[in-house]
Amino acid sequence: MAIAVILVAAIALAGCSAPTTVPAAPAKSVNLTGAGATFPAPLYTKWFDEYNKITGVKVNYQPIGSGGGISQITEGTVDFGATDGIMTAEELSKAETKNGPILHIPTTSGSVAIIYNLANIGSGQLKLSGDVLADIYLKKITKWNDPAIAALNPDLKLPDAPIAVVFRSDGSGTTYIFTNYLTKVSQEWSNKIGNAKSVKWPGDIGGQGNAGVAGQVQQIPNSIGYVELAYAKQNKLGWSKLKNTAGNLVEPSLEATTRAAEGVSLPDDMKVMLTNSSNPEAYPIVGFTWILAYVNQKNKDKGEALAQMLWWAIHDGQQYTEPLTYASLAGAAVSKAENAILSMKYQGQALITR
Amino acid sequence: MDKSRSDTSHSAAVSDIGTASRAHIGDKIFSRLTLIFGLLIVAILVGLLVALNFDAWPAIQKFGLSFITSTEWDPVNEEFGALPAIYGTLLSSLIGLVIAVPISLGSAIFLSELAPQWMRKPCSFLIEMLAAIPSVIIGLWGLYVMVPFIRNPIEVWLGSNLGFLPLFSGPPFGVGFLSAGIILAIMVIPIITAVSREAVSAVPLTQREAMLALGATRWETITRSVLPYCRSGLMGAVILGLARALGETMAVTMVIGNAYVLSPSLFSPGATIASKVASEFSEASGDVYIGSLIELALVLFAITLLVNIIARLLVWRTVSVRGIGE
Repeated sequence: MAIAVILVAAIALAGCSAPTTVPAAPAKSVNLTGAGATFPAPLYTKWFDEYNKITGVKVNYQPIGSGGGISQITEGTVDFGATDGIMTAEELSKAETKNGPILHIPTTSGSVAIIYNLANIGSGQLKLSGDVLADIYLKKITKWNDPAIAALNPDLKLPDAPIAVVFRSDGSGTTYIFTNYLTKVSQEWSNKIGNAKSVKWPGDIGGQGNAGVAGQVQQIPNSIGYVELAYAKQNKLGWSKLKNTAGNLVEPSLEATTRAAEGVSLPDDMKVMLTNSSNPEAYPIVGFTWILAYVNQKNKDKGEALAQMLWWAIHDGQQYTEPLTYASLAGAAVSKAENAILSMKYQGQALITR
Repeated sequence: MDKSRSDTSHSAAVSDIGTASRAHIGDKIFSRLTLIFGLLIVAILVGLLVALNFDAWPAIQKFGLSFITSTEWDPVNEEFGALPAIYGTLLSSLIGLVIAVPISLGSAIFLSELAPQWMRKPCSFLIEMLAAIPSVIIGLWGLYVMVPFIRNPIEVWLGSNLGFLPLFSGPPFGVGFLSAGIILAIMVIPIITAVSREAVSAVPLTQREAMLALGATRWETITRSVLPYCRSGLMGAVILGLARALGETMAVTMVIGNAYVLSPSLFSPGATIASKVASEFSEASGDVYIGSLIELALVLFAITLLVNIIARLLVWRTVSVRGIGE
């Protein structure tokens, strides 16, 4: 026990002396709890582990899903929530009538890769545009050799085979980002289906999780599906290029994902989807993932620790994004996130200053 | 019947002891304690129903009975109906039973009537082991090993030879009602086999001896004497298997394809009540959406309760028939 105490003290001391912008360890040992999105969970686990080593602050994060994160922060059972989707007006009013304004603080962004299974057509060879993709998912384009697909791929020999459309059957942030994109590029999608974590899919097969979708696409010939970029990269899945608003064909990459935030005007509250960005280098199906925290913190020590931890996450923490296949925050996204963190208060007093 | 007789004599003995030595407060405490535990279980059941009803109320209020008959499932516009899930639950369980019942009954009869003594114990042990495999593992095996095999050759062959039947129409995706049914069959076989083996073994030896003494063959003994004698026990076994199949979640979710459609084709991807709830509950938001998922759970609750009541009645009947038989 004594050894453990000494160790913790030593780590805390090491943290203080390290030449970083990390805030000094708080006097009292503070534990923070959070819950929510599964998509950033590997990154958050790494962050909180590193942050604990530096400051001694323990952060317990439960990846129970964005919906769970929103309801937990609404109930006030956790210190912060995490979500891949923007809270709906109904959810916001529920949380804010109870505990006052809530912040959406972006931590990283993710993108959705379109994967397919076509004999003799490798990764990056297939080219698609937003409206064609929407028509495929609407089941209006049902064959691979449809003129609309052929027009985008004059160099490919596309099979005269029906397209097996694979979607995510479980509610997910990935689906939220994907349907958000389709809603922006297709009027018909917007009218008929809409944008949510789970929608009324016209066809064909639902896979459970990224692994389920990827498994179906790999098994079923002539199929198409969508998964998180991180998952596609880690499993070396082939993906299609997508035409962005500038007309460029872009492969999903961390760089193209980060660029997406630069082609969208970011509102101060950061409640914005990065899909269909106007940046010519941006990949079009991109979204932030957010940490949810109340402006008015009820506990001074916890509020301070939370604000410091978030500050660390959007600055020093960003070095861990790329090795874990997440896209880092850049430019305006960081400064707006900073403003959000600086606005956190305890009894009207700012918790941290720049 | 032996068991019930010994039961009555046993309870008589217990009450004798009770009257003989009233000083035993321990007995009283013990009986009260067990009473409390018994009531606790009833309370849990009632509490469960009340809580489910409470949480499902926004959906019950909004959709009423149309929830059962509607095929819609649209989280964006908050329109929900349960019919495709009810259909998928019943269809996949039916397919499972159609496959599992002959296999289970066959192996139960073999193990209790025909197999050499040395084989009986190890074989039944192995079959019961099958029940201990976690369903997520069966699901993974199903998704990566069984489904590709079902897609090609089974579905491809059925589609090209019997594709004119609505039952075998549509593209061969592999995942769908057929795969879900086969996975369920694998999962309920151990239960049906174990329970029906017990039922067959419980048939008194005198029944068999009487048939054989009349000059019956083994086949005649089994079909005319043994099986009719334990008919209700076998029915009970099948219904216990059905109850398991109706509620199975993980393995089915992985192989059924999770499309929300009403299709007569066995190749079609579909959904069951349990798979729908498991897929969407964690990310559902809004009172009506969550309420609808919980109402789905209530529907499943009602279906399995019904099945269990039927099983209970059949098992009771078996007991009373056996009692008369002796």
